[in-house]
Amino acid sequence: MTLASQARKYEPRAIPTNVGEAQVKTSAMIASLAAEGYDTVSAPFGHALIDAAQNDDRIIGLTADLSKYTDMHVFAKAMPERFYQMGMAEQLLFSAASGMAKEGFLPFAATYAVFASRRAYDFIAMAIAEQNLPVKITCALPGLTSGYGPSHQAFEDLAIFRGLPNMVLIDPCDAVDVAGMVPEMIAHPGPVYARLLRGRVPSVLTRHKPDYRFQLGKAQLIRNGADVLVISSGIMTMRALDAAEQLARDAVDVAVLHVPTIKPLDEATILAEAARGRLCVVAENHTENGGLGEAVAKALMLAGVRPEFRMIALPDEFLEAGALPTLHDMYGISTAGVARQIKGWL
Amino acid sequence: MATPARAGAASNMSLAMRAWNIRRKALLMGEVQGQGYIGQALGVADVLAASYFHALDYRREDPEWEGRDRFLLSIGHYAIALYAALMEAGILPDDEIATYGMDDSRLPMSGMASYTPGMEITGGSLGQGLGIAVGVALGLKRKKNPAFVFNLMSDGELGEGSTWEAVMSATQWQLDNLICIVDFNNQQADGPTRDALAVGAEAPKWEAFGWHAQEVDGNDLNALVEAFDAARALDAPKSRVIICNTTMCKGVDFLEAREITHFVRVEADEWSKALARLDEGKPQ
Repeated sequence: MTLASQARKYEPRAIPTNVGEAQVKTSAMIASLAAEGYDTVSAPFGHALIDAAQNDDRIIGLTADLSKYTDMHVFAKAMPERFYQMGMAEQLLFSAASGMAKEGFLPFAATYAVFASRRAYDFIAMAIAEQNLPVKITCALPGLTSGYGPSHQAFEDLAIFRGLPNMVLIDPCDAVDVAGMVPEMIAHPGPVYARLLRGRVPSVLTRHKPDYRFQLGKAQLIRNGADVLVISSGIMTMRALDAAEQLARDAVDVAVLHVPTIKPLDEATILAEAARGRLCVVAENHTENGGLGEAVAKALMLAGVRPEFRMIALPDEFLEAGALPTLHDMYGISTAGVARQIKGWL
Repeated sequence: MATPARAGAASNMSLAMRAWNIRRKALLMGEVQGQGYIGQALGVADVLAASYFHALDYRREDPEWEGRDRFLLSIGHYAIALYAALMEAGILPDDEIATYGMDDSRLPMSGMASYTPGMEITGGSLGQGLGIAVGVALGLKRKKNPAFVFNLMSDGELGEGSTWEAVMSATQWQLDNLICIVDFNNQQADGPTRDALAVGAEAPKWEAFGWHAQEVDGNDLNALVEAFDAARALDAPKSRVIICNTTMCKGVDFLEAREITHFVRVEADEWSKALARLDEGKPQ
């Protein structure tokens, strides 16, 4: 953003001539993330929550009218007596979750990332984080995973929550992470904010690293490579792995370090990998401001580790509406966009 | 429903004496810092006396006793008043009065759960207490714990949308273990509450939302006792609200007369005068 920059979205656009043919449509909010070549798992969060709750009476689920869109409905159907529909009231959702946690329960509160981070922030800050209560906040539509426009695109959620003491932040890549993070969120005694992938979620990480399992607070090298180190979280790890396979055909050797826990950051692993003389690229499904890129940059600067450093992130603007594949291409977070940018930096 | 023998009610000391003691301790704390929400503390002292020495069940030696009635202070600003009540109840020692608002004190100027025994929540960001109370009430019901949840809020918090989210939710879940106390002193930061956000017809409004509502003189101890008894004894699947009309600075006439009383300014030499005026009204 510059002081002179302005939104241009009101200008007329070219009208497509192939209407009704193979046009890409705006993805509905329930759409699963396109990930060609990967197996998918249905509602990994909902099923992981059921599994955990069967052995832990403290676990309850709450939502603010978005159970169907967070996979909480799977839990609600299996364990109706453990589920609380709080209505379309996010401030209530999180303050009531606080009260339940005070009484010894482990509430999982699910909504969209935009509503938790923007609308209910003060409630999460004061009623949950300040009191270090074990409320587990699970939020769908993180970053740019909806084509509905800024009302549903939480491109700055991590920036908002990174400033909040006590809050642990998770940005899962795939179904393996989503299912794996649930027991680790429960084991952690304080509050957690987890971005959520819902619906049919691809299984990515175990295909690239068969023994992978999510570990809270740990960055893990999924793929080694001599030329470039990509440090990524969330779906951008999937993009980085796919881009690495493309780039390998051009003899570019890309390592991918997956950082699903944004806070606290696994600085030791990041610094060790970043000190190995490769181009360092941080890739995140988040605005360039205040997310993983800046967190990594801070860690590198303070430690005196100075690799060539680049970021792949969303621009500092309200994003457009449209079809997700189009938008991911437009903002450089598609597989092709990642590969193209990395090649350009070599 | 039988009224259980509750902690504070066992004493022979009159509620009037309890309220006077709460006012006195609050003034002493205010004197330590030369400031504090003393107007609110003096105004709400009777409500706190009726709460801690009639309505609430608790154990002074074990403030986290599982069977206690939960008392949530949504208005963290009123901490000075609740500290006074907690001292009077024997949950906090009187000698901590001298630490009020000091570095390293357990008595910060705004109430926070992690600092003070008996302080259930971190209040102060207004409009949060009732929502938390809904969660506590749901949690108690889940545990089949018969304790009540009391939430003390201010009239200004009626302007917060989150309060009404919680009001609707309490009715949705039929939270008959929730008692909300509204300290209606008609003062918020910029002036009279009634001039700010269409506050009015409070009891009918809560009733329309499905609550059992009572409106009482919040400086009349007998009226407060009756209201608390009615709220506890009500045999209906409803949450209960007691709207307490209180007078800021009650008990210290020259402060009551001040025009601007939200954050009442008390000059250095006036704390002792205020204590003297209070002492003149000491109950027999």
